Amino acid sequence: MATTTQKSSAGRRFALPFRVQFEPRLEVPRWLPLTVSVGAIIIALILGAFALRLSGLTHPFRAYANIAKELFGNWGGISDVLVQATPLILVGLACSVAFSMKLWNIGAEGQFFIGAFAASAIVLAPVLPAETPGWVFIPVMMIAGFVGGALWGFVPGYLKAKFNVNEVITTLMMNYIAIEWNNFFIFGVWSEGGFQMSPRFPRTAWLPRLADYAKEIPQFGGLTLHLGLLFGPIAAVMVWWVLYRSKWGYEIRLAGDNPKAARYAGTNIARNMVLVMMLSGGLAGLAGMAQIGGVVRRLQGAISSGYGFTGIIIAWLSKLNPLIVVAVSILLGALILAGREIGRSGISMLVQGIILFALIASEFLLRNRVRIKRTREA
Amino acid sequence: MTNVTNAVEMRAIIKRFPGVLANDQVDFDLRVGEIHTLLGENGAGKSTLMNVLAGLYRPEEGTVRVHGKLVNFRSPRDAIEHGIGMVHQHFMLVPSLTVTENILLGLSEPRFLMRLPEYHKRIAELEEQFGLRVAPEAKIWQLTVGEHQRVEILKMLHRGADVLIMDEPTAVLAPQEIDELFVTLRSMTAEGKSIVFISHKLHEVMAISNRITVLRKGRMAAPPLDTQSTTREELAELMVGRKVLFEVAKGLSEPGEVLLSVKNVSALNDRGLPALNGVSLDIRSGEILGLAGVAGNGQSELAEVITGLRPCTAGEVTAGGRVCSNCPPRVAIDASVAHIPMDRTGAGTSPNLSIADNLIMKAYRYPPIGKGWVIDERSAREHAEKLKGEYSILAPSIDTHSRLLSGGNLQRVILAREISGRPQVIVAVQPTRGLDVGAIEGVQRLLLEQRQAGAAILLISEELEELFSLSDRIAVIYEGEIMAILEEPDQETIGLMMAGQRGGG
Repeated sequence: MATTTQKSSAGRRFALPFRVQFEPRLEVPRWLPLTVSVGAIIIALILGAFALRLSGLTHPFRAYANIAKELFGNWGGISDVLVQATPLILVGLACSVAFSMKLWNIGAEGQFFIGAFAASAIVLAPVLPAETPGWVFIPVMMIAGFVGGALWGFVPGYLKAKFNVNEVITTLMMNYIAIEWNNFFIFGVWSEGGFQMSPRFPRTAWLPRLADYAKEIPQFGGLTLHLGLLFGPIAAVMVWWVLYRSKWGYEIRLAGDNPKAARYAGTNIARNMVLVMMLSGGLAGLAGMAQIGGVVRRLQGAISSGYGFTGIIIAWLSKLNPLIVVAVSILLGALILAGREIGRSGISMLVQGIILFALIASEFLLRNRVRIKRTREA
Repeated sequence: MTNVTNAVEMRAIIKRFPGVLANDQVDFDLRVGEIHTLLGENGAGKSTLMNVLAGLYRPEEGTVRVHGKLVNFRSPRDAIEHGIGMVHQHFMLVPSLTVTENILLGLSEPRFLMRLPEYHKRIAELEEQFGLRVAPEAKIWQLTVGEHQRVEILKMLHRGADVLIMDEPTAVLAPQEIDELFVTLRSMTAEGKSIVFISHKLHEVMAISNRITVLRKGRMAAPPLDTQSTTREELAELMVGRKVLFEVAKGLSEPGEVLLSVKNVSALNDRGLPALNGVSLDIRSGEILGLAGVAGNGQSELAEVITGLRPCTAGEVTAGGRVCSNCPPRVAIDASVAHIPMDRTGAGTSPNLSIADNLIMKAYRYPPIGKGWVIDERSAREHAEKLKGEYSILAPSIDTHSRLLSGGNLQRVILAREISGRPQVIVAVQPTRGLDVGAIEGVQRLLLEQRQAGAAILLISEELEELFSLSDRIAVIYEGEIMAILEEPDQETIGLMMAGQRGGG
């Protein structure tokens, strides 16, 4: 009897002596996510090495080592990575908040620009005179950046809540409006002598950098790290607390997972939609403020290298967990700088792409358990 | 050992899942031309066994013979080639395609040109043969659930199935659709088909099957029984493993003041058509009012109007003296109206939130759990742990996602949440639908306890037996109107009223 079974199965296809099975996991061990992510990055770097080798780089692994040393081997490198990560943390948080309620805000880029614009307006309009002390200037600019982004988020949020207009379209379109709005001021109103940028902000409107204290602490010399870095982690903790410890956050998570249940539980979904979009936009706006106040120090066109869109990737890689957003943003910041080190810009983007794909694919191992089973002999 | 009159013989089937022995040495025979019921509680292994037969799962051990021939299915396609087709609980149809297109989907014939007129005719002939009425040209989205099921049956018949496995086919059907299904099943056996009927509803099982195999916790509870020589009580005992009382003991209660008052309420359904027309009801403290009616006659709309989920076009609902119709759902919740919704996964729970989060869905606003802006994590968890114990919710922990819970456990989560708030008014919509015998008893007992505690309960159900054993009064609804409210109801009058005959008194 058993031989018949064996025969019929062998007759159909070639049989391996073992088979690989995937079984869904019910519980994920605590140590697993980190291990799997690190493993995914290592595998991606190995694959990336092949790509680098093909592009003519003779010693890809030596190049990796050099880049790592460049980025993390000295304070200057670390400071640069953190500067790069600063806006990413904030836009990553912006996207995480909105995605938690299944509001697909892909307009963080536009909200970033409007935040930058609103903060600049404080200096350039001018709302506050140039001789205002820093401790007034900076908080006012922060509020302006946040409010500007929040207003830019309010519009799609309100349209969605009131008329059920698809927020993907509105947020995407408003990106272009924001960029052109900024251009109008850069090219015209605030243009410095016809150049496509505003005049430099007065010193008191700069976010203080470590390098500013080089006189007192010589080790800080040349470090570009600015106060904006603190906004990110502080905002991350606040957003985490709101989502997981406040009534409002509970309503957001409920509405994100099952809007019908949220209605059944008596929450005001429309109001929460608008508020979440405003918080999301505000965080992205704050990122814009941090970027011009801490790095660029004037309003100009190229203040974002697609931060708003990178924020979407960061939010997903962190599974919308605000605290993980910080770590993922630092990783992506390092990747962006590493890309500049490699030079060959196409190839560096390729390696970045491989790393992101590997991280996303490794998800599968978190959700499933792999089992290798010996096929039963007759 | 091989009996030629057996269409299917399964011997000593063992199927394991991680951590569970789903089938343990199960035998199953299906004679040609019979309807054989597989009976058991949720999770007893009925569907697993039939998924093995249908080629979806491969057993760890055991043999399957079809018409005396040993088979080893690797896929549902293998199974259907041997004439075995399964109609699953959840239908797999493409809404935008027609009946015929859905039936042809995935077949190698027709090859390129669809030749629809020809196939429409063939499907119509098949329908004629088995008494399955559904227009072959109709699009799936235009059809009712009962018709969807017919399409699934036709799909299998067209593929040449002579053994049909029906996985809980009555769970989604209205009473009269069940009758139609039974007529169809009988006509199929008359044509020589053999049918496996999976169910846990005893009266249906007694009505339709020739033989019954009872599974309990993955094992056979007894050798196959002849339906004629068994009783519901015996089946229930085999299924649950202990005696089951069909009559829940209902204590006396003294109805007090009116807590829920529905006055002349009219409302529209989701398609904008009138669903309720001048409905009036009063329910007093300590009273259960049963609402009988065929599904889709306005019951769910009434529940939604009372709980504030649906606006009404006329009339007014007051709960504990407060108006809560045409107000946000929040108002009804504050007025202590509990709602046990029909759609447990769709509205009653949030699948990717933890059990703890699901249990505080109503309580999070009020102290001690909600304090100002904050949810007090400690008291929220204490609350959840307490309810998990009191209502015996079976789950690894209160952090388990609610989507991993079985139907009965999910209903316990909802009941725990709704009842623990000591509500004045309870709107229970089909609270025992789809649950197994043991769980039904538990839910019914909880509702009676609340009646004793002085709540006013509106019980909406399609199970007449349940309404009779629990209700103090029964109202009958037909096309959005209350036919009558009966103090001393009898089955026959109610049956006539459910069909639209107006009551005299």
